[in-house]
Amino acid sequence: MTVNHILIVGIGGFFGAMSRFWVSQVINKRIKAKVPIATLFINLLGSLLLGIMVGLGLNGNLFMLLGTGFMGAFTTFSTFKLEGIQLHLDRRKKAFFLYNFFGYGGGILLAFIGIELGLLLT
Amino acid sequence: MVYLLVGAAGFLGASLRYCVGVFLFHESTVFPFATLTVNLLGSFLLAWLTTGLLIRFSLPSHIKTALGTGFVGSFTTFSTLSVETVNLFLHGKLVLAFLYIAASIFGGLWMSRLGFQVEKGEGTE
Repeated sequence: MTVNHILIVGIGGFFGAMSRFWVSQVINKRIKAKVPIATLFINLLGSLLLGIMVGLGLNGNLFMLLGTGFMGAFTTFSTFKLEGIQLHLDRRKKAFFLYNFFGYGGGILLAFIGIELGLLLT
Repeated sequence: MVYLLVGAAGFLGASLRYCVGVFLFHESTVFPFATLTVNLLGSFLLAWLTTGLLIRFSLPSHIKTALGTGFVGSFTTFSTLSVETVNLFLHGKLVLAFLYIAASIFGGLWMSRLGFQVEKGEGTE
């Protein structure tokens, strides 16, 4: 039932967005870094956790709630890009490169590790 | 209060992302067009909102946070992008995997920059 699915994804998104907001507030208060480290941390953690869920073979409503909804909303692409383009416009080339390198490289690597971990646990 | 608003906006953003995937794309397509579409669209939208609309209209700051961080932040996603890329690699679709990463990196930056420029009324930098 599609309407139910939309609601389930939405509920996951509700908690995912709140958690992202909370984690980024906590990190930004405590750590003053030269790169936007909060979004990076959230995206890397989310990639690992979603990988584990996929490896475990979560499906149906549970995957929609935790995977598509929660992890989908916990991690974000738009903020990652906005912060990236700001580094670029500020002519901070090294930070811009590192931010993208660790974002994409780390995200993909951690998703892979997550999937393998999930498969091991099943 | 601001947490609840961010959550409610996240509800809408995530639901809309799911709808784009279900209604605009077939599950049978190998290339993750749905995620790429929401991510590129969201990159433009966030840059445009942040530099333009939200400044021009003096909205309360918690509404701005809900729109940007909550709605657009949840509409776009990074974890799905990572997992989809790994799946393309694991299924031996190396060219598609690299295309997906390149389209996300450069397409996303381009869309984000476009969002800045639309508001400033600049053609090129």
